[in-house]
Amino acid sequence: MAEKVLMKGNEAIAEAAIKAGCRHYFGYPITPQTEIAAYMAKRMPKIGGTFLQAESEVAAINMVYGVAGAGFRVMTSSSSPGVSLKQEGISYIAGADLPALIVNVQRGGPGLGGIQPSQSDYFQATKGGGHGDYHLIVLAPASVQEMADLTGKAFDLADKYRCPTMLLADGTLGQMMEPVEIPDVEVTPVEKPWAVNGTKGKRAHNIVNSLYLKPDQLEKTNFERFEKYKQIEENEVMYESFMMEDAEYCVVAFGIAARISKNAVVAARKNGIKVGLIRPITLWPFPTEVIAKAAEQVKGFVSVELSMGQMIEDVRLASGCKKPVLLCNRAGGMIMSPEEVLAKIDELAAL
Amino acid sequence: MLTQILIAGFGGQGVLFAGKFIAYKGLFEGKEVSWLPSYGPEMRGGTANCSVILSDDPVGSPIVSNPDVLMAMNLPSLDKYEDACVPGAKLFIDSTLIERKVVRGDVDAYYIPATKLANDAGIPTLANMIMVGKMIRESGCITFDDMEEALKKVVSAKRANLLEVNLKALKTGYDYEG
Repeated sequence: MAEKVLMKGNEAIAEAAIKAGCRHYFGYPITPQTEIAAYMAKRMPKIGGTFLQAESEVAAINMVYGVAGAGFRVMTSSSSPGVSLKQEGISYIAGADLPALIVNVQRGGPGLGGIQPSQSDYFQATKGGGHGDYHLIVLAPASVQEMADLTGKAFDLADKYRCPTMLLADGTLGQMMEPVEIPDVEVTPVEKPWAVNGTKGKRAHNIVNSLYLKPDQLEKTNFERFEKYKQIEENEVMYESFMMEDAEYCVVAFGIAARISKNAVVAARKNGIKVGLIRPITLWPFPTEVIAKAAEQVKGFVSVELSMGQMIEDVRLASGCKKPVLLCNRAGGMIMSPEEVLAKIDELAAL
Repeated sequence: MLTQILIAGFGGQGVLFAGKFIAYKGLFEGKEVSWLPSYGPEMRGGTANCSVILSDDPVGSPIVSNPDVLMAMNLPSLDKYEDACVPGAKLFIDSTLIERKVVRGDVDAYYIPATKLANDAGIPTLANMIMVGKMIRESGCITFDDMEEALKKVVSAKRANLLEVNLKALKTGYDYEG
């Protein structure tokens, strides 16, 4: 067992990626995720990997596209404005059915915004972001340990389904230190017969491409891809359920907002309010069934988000608008206190 | 037990370093810990601070808004956070740099001339660890045993002499009566 060390969330992502066999990193500095690039710059040359600071986020994501096409584990990381720049490349990677990891350590927006923590890229991450019909598998860690664990998981899912995955964190998780254990894992090489890595004169050449000028062919790739998405929705939903067994009210929150909400749930229980927490770990696929089931049990929901209210739409959809869904939110880099969440739970209980 | 510590001062006073040391010491004592720095433009010239939580249970929110322990290394920090402390909180004040007294009557205040003590001891950059030493003694949130083990995690192995001076600073603070 590896020793527990204190690490920043950003560093944990980088180390976990290396342990997962990622030897190619392309990025461009932006607060609050720069420690990922800094860590990779230090480590990659020592282990025969590639670290490259590209001339822009656009260049970095296209380098990821190239390396993914060649069949290697590859990643990039950025923060909100930088991830917006990457959207074209992400769409191409999704359209070419390639595995890759994109990390977004979110900051306040829109525009250049600020550098403090935010969750306001939820729509961008879960609903597409770039053009065309596609999804990313979106994983939302809530601790430094999960920053590491879900990085490995993201690479595995990307390879399993041949699709890009996103780790959606925020500035708090990137900057904070917690004890973390990143065990050495046996990385089993995944067969990638589709990779463009040289035919050696022994097979027909592979093509990695997202361009289909004949609409019937393009339609076919879309339908096939969505069959794959159906599989992902059926098999890969992850969530944490906290004090939900006898809950009459349900808080829904992910990432750092879920940790703040946990404090509020514990405090509300002490005041005699039966409340629980559902924490989506996969934001896409969203734990729709779990929320739908909770809607049969509870009298109402509170969606806690560092945004103007984005995930709340998925909570309303999943619960079939059968029960009231209140919003507890801060934006622009501000973070709610547990007391603010508690006040919203009280408001719901008083309805 | 849950201890929520806020350490605040100017950038360069070793606020983040002190927090990291406390977090490691807590980790070695089997506690759940978190360390969260302020980051961004406020680190130059303004106040830098960090939240450290030591707990028997998994840490929920890592943000310390209402500290049980405040270590104030400059006046703006005391001005900013005095009112936020919980009743009964322990406030550690570098009295070389902060001339005023704590206004609230429902908290325990400890005045340590840490910057002067550091200068007198020939370790002018280690007022932060003198404060930590005093904080350990008065708060009891971590023990004063095996300080070296945790120090080794935050001091570069290439600069072993730093281990000694940090120990000296911790002891100076721990032994300070006042």
